[in-house]
Amino acid sequence: MDVMERIKQQVEGNPIVLYMKGTPQMPQCGFSSRAAQALQACGVEFAHVNVLADPEIFENLPRYADWPTFPQLYIGGELVGGCDITLELYQKGELQSMTKAAAQKAKAS
Amino acid sequence: MSGTERVSMIRERLSNALAPISIDIVDDSHKHAGHPGARAGGGHFNVRVVSAAFEGKSLIERHRLVYAALGDAMRAEIHALSIDAKTPAEAS
Repeated sequence: MDVMERIKQQVEGNPIVLYMKGTPQMPQCGFSSRAAQALQACGVEFAHVNVLADPEIFENLPRYADWPTFPQLYIGGELVGGCDITLELYQKGELQSMTKAAAQKAKAS
Repeated sequence: MSGTERVSMIRERLSNALAPISIDIVDDSHKHAGHPGARAGGGHFNVRVVSAAFEGKSLIERHRLVYAALGDAMRAEIHALSIDAKTPAEAS
């Protein structure tokens, strides 16, 4: 399968996906670690893709939503942003409501 | 390109594109020495930009403006960038 199609399936097939360096348990970069921690603090389940374990995704994800860096958070198929935006939304309390809404919508469908 | 040259380049590109009221750039590259990205050569920077260009824009739109202003430097000279993009009203 084409890598862009694979990314599309990941972001559309999961309500919340974090593309990160490493895993939430073993993050390999401070920015990825902070984004994963904010999502964990929201208390919802989220999918993650370790971009270091998938060179094709590492190379091509920046083109998918025209965003140059990692991590990248997708909610409901849409790019939300990277580490700074994820943390800023968390501090405002918005990440909690966005992730809960996405998880509920996925359950209902 | 040295760290100092990179900071000047970031400052120049953001100044040209966003007509900011203020720009603060911190080179954090030393904190990431030994990290795989750091070995590839790009720097880690924190930028705080205050500009009227961010008025009425979402966080993602603001970050896109900053990335667009930096252009090809995002691939070559900058490995990681932490962005704080505020409007003059939010910063005061």
